[in-house]
Amino acid sequence: MREVFSPESLEALWPLLEAPSWALLAGGTDLLVKMRAGRSDPAAFICLERIAELRGVREGETDLWIGACTSHAELICHPLVERHLPVLHQALRTLGSPLIRRMGTLGGNICTASPAGDTLPPLYVLDAVLELRSQSGMRRVPIGEFITGPGRTGLEQGEILAGVRVEKPGGRQVHHFEKVGQRKAMAIGVASMAALLRLSVDGEIFSARFAWGSVGPTVMTCAPAEALLAGKRPSRGVFEQAAAVAMAAVAPIDDVRASAEYRRRVSGNLLLRLFPEGSTLT
Amino acid sequence: MEIRFVLNGKETQVSTAPDRRVVDLLREDLGLTGTKEGCGSGECGACAVLVNGESRLSCLMLAAQLDGKALTTIEGAPEDGRLQALQEAFVRCGAVQCGFCSPGMIIAAADLLGARPDTGREAIREGLSGNLCRCTGYAKIVDAVQAAFEKLQGGPTP
Ligand SMILES: Cc1cc2nc3c(=O)[nH]c(=O)nc-3n(C[C@H](O)[C@H](O)[C@H](O)COP(=O)(O)OP(=O)(O)OC[C@H]3O[C@@H](n4cnc5c(N)ncnc54)[C@H](O)[C@@H]3O)c2cc1C
Ligand code: FES
Ligand code: FES
Repeated sequence: MREVFSPESLEALWPLLEAPSWALLAGGTDLLVKMRAGRSDPAAFICLERIAELRGVREGETDLWIGACTSHAELICHPLVERHLPVLHQALRTLGSPLIRRMGTLGGNICTASPAGDTLPPLYVLDAVLELRSQSGMRRVPIGEFITGPGRTGLEQGEILAGVRVEKPGGRQVHHFEKVGQRKAMAIGVASMAALLRLSVDGEIFSARFAWGSVGPTVMTCAPAEALLAGKRPSRGVFEQAAAVAMAAVAPIDDVRASAEYRRRVSGNLLLRLFPEGSTLT
Repeated sequence: MEIRFVLNGKETQVSTAPDRRVVDLLREDLGLTGTKEGCGSGECGACAVLVNGESRLSCLMLAAQLDGKALTTIEGAPEDGRLQALQEAFVRCGAVQCGFCSPGMIIAAADLLGARPDTGREAIREGLSGNLCRCTGYAKIVDAVQAAFEKLQGGPTP
């Protein structure tokens, strides 16, 4: 039998974190599945769900803060997320199933650090900064530095992910997320892509951000493809060039769901879909 | 550990291991076998229950998490108008064959109804996308949910 602790405040949480063999449990949709498969065997659980300080969405002047323990279903219904972060909103709607979204949390998705984690590509293109808290204080780390490999993060002993901070994007923008999988619900993506284009008033691409899921050991970005589009007027031609650069840059694997070659093609095609199809650009 | 919660409308206190899965607590300790276990890992939806009115998978939930909450299972239907209307519609529309998936389907549909009562067929399909059925197929299940929704809104009854 394992003990289950359900602290109701951060104050009550800190002393519990001193035991390294105790596992943090948010929604449990990754941890309990992993335990059942025999890939994790914690000595006790520390449930985070009753700590109000870790939940909800708060609006600052220039940014939004999302509590790590906010469920995907709560985020989908949140007007601030829908208005300011459509790329994240679109990704959340493809994550798991309604039942999984009721339980799973944003923080759990980040800390699991799966290359297929659906909220990760949007958080990369939004330049999300993670707030890691411990008894001794807080540090802020960009998401790309926090996730260091498949299932590996920079979380230290005694630390939790408390929340995620994202700048509220301003001006003319195109947000886009798409996941290619074998089935709409519940399927781990064969490949996914988040895109965030900022456009100038006269329609030039001011900056472009892309991040792909399931085509490398962590989420993949591609600075050369982004640089190629910056300052250009959207056209099929420049998107074709960027797609070719991206296809060469991703590092997919062969597995039961798809071949590496297929994933590479899909990565490029997902970028091409921004133009002209489904296009807010034309 | 002593756990106090409201089970199908009644104050309940049980003594159990804190890490016991809720599905086991319900089926084995409390004899409420309406809730089913299919996959045990979040994929099939058969074990769905309502916690504080919202759906949860009881195979991925620990007994300790219930403390202080309100749990509704399929057996709680007479107390919950949503569940009862859905049960009746499932029977009427032929949406039940072996019945194994039905409690979970009805719970997921009740959650959808609570969150988005104005829902159409496409949204019902999406709402039930975490629930698997191996015998009925999904058309009659969607029919049943739609009929129950219309009934609860005072619309046309089939
Ligand atoms: C059937 C099924 C389908 C799924 N489909 C998808 C899908 O389509 N896309 C997808 O991306 N994921 C999917 N998942 C995975 C999972 O639901 C998500 O990754 C979810 O966001 C995990 O959140 P959680 O709160 O349940 O995490 P938990 O299981 O509670 O925790 C996961 C890990 O993160 C740690 N952790 C959690 N919160 C914190 C915190 N605040 N600080 C520090 N550490 C923390 C835990 O200790 C644990 O190691 C699916 C899972 C299942 C079972
Ligand atoms: S038994 Fe819980 S989802 Fe299948
Ligand atoms: S009726 Fe048999 S599994 Fe659905």
